[in-house]
Amino acid sequence: MYLVRRAWAELKNEVLVLPSRTAVLVWVLALLALPWVYGDAYVLRILTMTCLFAIFAASWDLLAGYTGQVNFGHALYFGAGAYASALLSLRLGITPWATIWAGAAVAAFFGFASGYLVLRLRGSYLSLATLAFPLIALGILFAFPDFSGGELGISGLRRLAMTPLANYYIAALSMLVVVFGLWALGDSKFGIVLHAIRDDEVAARASGINTPRYKLVVFSIAGAAAGFSGALFAHYLRVAGPSTLEVALSFQVVIWSIFGGLATGYGPVAAVFLLYPLTEWLGSFRNFGELRLLAFALIVLVVLLFMPRGLAPWVRDKIEAQCPRCKQRNGAWRRACRLCGAPLKPQVSRSQGLVGHQ
Amino acid sequence: MLQDILVTGLVNGGVYALLAIGFSLIFGVARIVNIAHTAFYMLAAYCFYALLVKAQFGFVTAALISVGGVTAVSVLCYRLVIEPVREHEAAVLIATIALALVFQELMLLSFGGHYLGIPSTLEGGVRVLGVSIPYQRMLILAVAAAMLVVVWFVLYRTRMGLAIRATANDLEVANLMGINVHRVAMVTVAISVSLAAVAGVVVAPVFVVDPFMWLAPLVTMLAIVVLGGLGSMKGSLIGAIAIGYIEAITVFALPAGAYLKGAVALAIMVAVLLVRPEGLFGVAFEEER
Repeated sequence: MYLVRRAWAELKNEVLVLPSRTAVLVWVLALLALPWVYGDAYVLRILTMTCLFAIFAASWDLLAGYTGQVNFGHALYFGAGAYASALLSLRLGITPWATIWAGAAVAAFFGFASGYLVLRLRGSYLSLATLAFPLIALGILFAFPDFSGGELGISGLRRLAMTPLANYYIAALSMLVVVFGLWALGDSKFGIVLHAIRDDEVAARASGINTPRYKLVVFSIAGAAAGFSGALFAHYLRVAGPSTLEVALSFQVVIWSIFGGLATGYGPVAAVFLLYPLTEWLGSFRNFGELRLLAFALIVLVVLLFMPRGLAPWVRDKIEAQCPRCKQRNGAWRRACRLCGAPLKPQVSRSQGLVGHQ
Repeated sequence: MLQDILVTGLVNGGVYALLAIGFSLIFGVARIVNIAHTAFYMLAAYCFYALLVKAQFGFVTAALISVGGVTAVSVLCYRLVIEPVREHEAAVLIATIALALVFQELMLLSFGGHYLGIPSTLEGGVRVLGVSIPYQRMLILAVAAAMLVVVWFVLYRTRMGLAIRATANDLEVANLMGINVHRVAMVTVAISVSLAAVAGVVVAPVFVVDPFMWLAPLVTMLAIVVLGGLGSMKGSLIGAIAIGYIEAITVFALPAGAYLKGAVALAIMVAVLLVRPEGLFGVAFEEER
């Protein structure tokens, strides 16, 4: 009973006071409850894919948003995870439940290796150099078709679970775990160091931070998360093909994450949950199917003109305000800060307002 | 085979040089990583196809209208899409990606996804050193060389070129010296896209035209620009010729070379970056803030 009351108090005082936290709670509950309310196989399929891409986008955000290593070749890790898991489970007959972790480990190694190669690069050089890695991998895969399946990829993989419902829950739960893990990482002391590296690497180094080591760790973590999603993706679709390494996928994750809002953790996930089902839905109209990528690009362009920092920060600024004294966030409807009691909006009388800034 | 390598490398290198120098220019002046750069190249090729084959225009008229039209479109895009979000680097980045996708889809809708061939505009060829070179490929080389001379003249012998170089060197100081940096950025966009459009028009009769033809040269162009050093004209030119030859050698000399040509070129770029992080001719920037 005590625990229940304690949990309710936590919920009331920590989650429900902020609209953004409430929104996250509602989203998690909706995600878990959806199959019981509306268990259409097509909807479940789209949402499963959405969950996998959400992991992918969140891992890119950790690398590019938090740490500022704008990676244009993030598909490398996705593809490495997919191919490694597929080859292990098909050629050696290991259960997918084990090979997924192997896929993530291989992708983490690729993350470490590519991070090591681009350690001295920064800014646009880094972006353009990382763009090359998945294409080099693609060229090698095509040059050895016996091993990699060439253009067709490796098909006939085993699924993790047989029913759509079970597959959905595997994807949704792993998405929640990984995304909250990445978010917690970004919010921790480690995350503060990452922000420092992005904002000013020289200053971070001058403050005694071993920036190369941090960058390598972040590359490995982001690679592991992306490879994990790639491995799940391969076993869900039962094929690991060259499309997991294409430039289009690398660009897709860039678009999702920047559209959602960089360095937030929740922004890219929200963007994937909006944009991926939207494009699928647009594609389901017969006459409109050809227009779906065009519509996608136009939506991104128009939204960007109004919210250049991304969707999630824009929405958050609308529904929440920051306390000027203690920097805690508050619901936008409050007059005084919920923690320190300072007035949220400066009390300006009408006559002062007319005079202008004092 | 040696002669084939020599000719193919030079012709491809010329096309890459046109693309890479334009990209480098726009990056140097406006700090825009313009992913849509080769999309304009694709757009010009389609425009040329429509005018030459569908509307039965003359060769020269079609080429001029295509280049002019695509340049106008690019300036319009810059004003409407890029300029409003200029101070948000990330937004500019995905705006250019989205623009490229828009062009790709528009061409897919209006011309379909199949390969379109453009009849050769020049027949015949010459034999040099025992290899026959079609006039069409000679034309690519000649146009590329001419355009490079024009760009050199504009950049180094005109007042506008001086303003462009000054802005590339230091935007804030150039602004303080009374240079209208917004107009300079716009002119740079126009020059750089017109180079890409010229490249699109001259290669259209040799290569096939399809809505996805912008992806492969995009990657090669980025590799060249990084190899030569971002923002350096000389680096882009030398990088373009080098990558052109590397690709030609890979295709002709290695087994399964056609698959590996991109991989080898990119691997060489990565190798160079490991030794010289600022590219071959790039300036080692002081920390840019």
